[in-house]
Amino acid sequence: MKQYILRRLGYSLLSLVLLSLTIFLFIRLTGDPTTLLTEPGASAADIEAVRHRLGLDLPLWKQYAVFVFSLLRGDLGDSFYYQTPVFELYFSRLPNSLTLAIAAMGFSLVLGIPSGILASVRVGRFWDNAGKIFALLGLSVPSFLVGLLMILFFSVYLQWLPSSGTGGISHLLMPAFALGWYFAAAHMRMTRSSMLEVLGSEYVKLARLKGLPESMVIAKHAFKNALIPVLTLAGINLIQMINVAVVVETVFAWPGIGRLLYEGVSFRDFPVVQGIVIMGGAMIVATNLLVDIVYATIDPRIRMEK
Amino acid sequence: MAPLIELRNVSTHYVSQRGTRVVRAVEDVSFSLNAGQTLGIVGESGSGKSTLALTLLRVLPTAARIAGGQILLEGDDLVPKDEEEMRRIRGKKIAMILQDPMASLNPLFTIGDQVGEPIRLHEGASRKEAWRRAIDLLKAVRIPAAETRVRQYPHEMSGGMRQRIVGAIGISCEPRLLIADEPTTSLDLTIQAQYLKLLRDLQEEHKLGLIFITHNLGIVAKMCDLLVVMYAGRVVESGPVSRVFNTPYHPYTEALLQSIPRMSDTRERLTAIDGQPPDMSALPLGCAFAARCPKVFDRCRKEAPPEFSPEEGRIARCWLPIQAAGEAQP
Repeated sequence: MKQYILRRLGYSLLSLVLLSLTIFLFIRLTGDPTTLLTEPGASAADIEAVRHRLGLDLPLWKQYAVFVFSLLRGDLGDSFYYQTPVFELYFSRLPNSLTLAIAAMGFSLVLGIPSGILASVRVGRFWDNAGKIFALLGLSVPSFLVGLLMILFFSVYLQWLPSSGTGGISHLLMPAFALGWYFAAAHMRMTRSSMLEVLGSEYVKLARLKGLPESMVIAKHAFKNALIPVLTLAGINLIQMINVAVVVETVFAWPGIGRLLYEGVSFRDFPVVQGIVIMGGAMIVATNLLVDIVYATIDPRIRMEK
Repeated sequence: MAPLIELRNVSTHYVSQRGTRVVRAVEDVSFSLNAGQTLGIVGESGSGKSTLALTLLRVLPTAARIAGGQILLEGDDLVPKDEEEMRRIRGKKIAMILQDPMASLNPLFTIGDQVGEPIRLHEGASRKEAWRRAIDLLKAVRIPAAETRVRQYPHEMSGGMRQRIVGAIGISCEPRLLIADEPTTSLDLTIQAQYLKLLRDLQEEHKLGLIFITHNLGIVAKMCDLLVVMYAGRVVESGPVSRVFNTPYHPYTEALLQSIPRMSDTRERLTAIDGQPPDMSALPLGCAFAARCPKVFDRCRKEAPPEFSPEEGRIARCWLPIQAAGEAQP
């Protein structure tokens, strides 16, 4: 188990190194940020002064070295635009994003898993068909459209919920629903297919032959096995929610990391974009690591793997 | 005294969702078995053996239903019982060992949990008590170091060991009847022999009725008192093993017996039965075996033969013995 975790940790670090190199190079392809940071018509000397202040006059490899070494000290650099440390910016927005992602994930699991189980035990009947329609809608209607339609109905027409910003639960409801909508459908489909596979297995048959009541066959013998693929998917999806939240956060003017990233790209704010991508990447890697470990505790076969 | 288990004209059909297609997987099957006896059910794949076993326990797929007949367990008919009553019979009075031991155990639970589960369920034993009994059961099926094994997971065991564990689950509540569906197909020969001996010992110890579903006639010869031969969902021949082996009445039984290779064989090639088993959703009008039967004649293709008892304790579903009996006493 210890060796297993160490090995996973090694892979995780390697992915982060590759990620830092990639984002560092790609963000520099978007153009020169100084044109956005100086007055139109600024003199060549002024522009050069700004370039020097931001460290953009150094050769590329030196810029990367500065980036990596400050990263190792826990410093993501200062935002070109806000002129404050990216770390501070990031952590000021993180709670909002996490609140949204966790609410959306909770919603998607609470809706997706039970409806998936219901569809699998009533396969081919009413609830299964209802689930199929729900899954089709969930997977094909994009989140910004769901968001805009909800704003139209709940904010403009009924005037029940605020259309943007943060505050209480009322502010969270619509963005969480818009963000979780797609994933609820994805989780439902995964639960259903995974349950169907397990319900057809010999050990479920044996559980019935032992005389277990059907509720226990499903809850104990089938569900626990079916949960494994659903958990992996949810782990990957939690990460996606932070990425996809760029769209939902923009629609609902939710002051989270997604919006910060959107701003960073618009202003060619290199440190902000690099910082968010690295932090996001670290979260992805950490979540994957966590899912792997949770896996290993649920499934004894993985625990033994060398 | 009523036999341990008696089937009277049992039929199980698979019906398609719209009810347009009916597969008569088990049709008009009757036999009976006393406590301590062993019954072998043989037949090709798809002849309805496994469906018959699942019918006894009423654990059928949703598309299947028992279309008629009685299943008497110690004189008590199981067919009209509700799900809750059946649940208390499964694993307690009738237990079953499935075909594939590698897939029959749940990978996420310990051996002790899975072996002890029926004991906790049917006898209300505590977790601790069930655990202790699980260790005893593992010892009974001759698993070495039972105290360690009980804490392990299925993937840590060999195939033969898993098969014995599945056997231990089968006998955990001391059932009256144990059904073993091809229990040895996935085991190698030495392990097979050990396992069969184990089942025999358990049978003697607990006065079990044993039903063996197999296509291995060698196992039938070694293990069974009674034999039921199935073809296309019907019993084509049944009776005491030695008598059926000596004088088969049905050409299908005869062909099966000829297809067993023997040490004394001087034949160059094994005898195979020509042709394919019939399509179960479109059975012919007459005898289902007619198309492959070497002794077929006109009547076989027009009319399905009824069950007929050519001698005490024997049944054959074939026109030949019926005609022979007709000629003997005109």
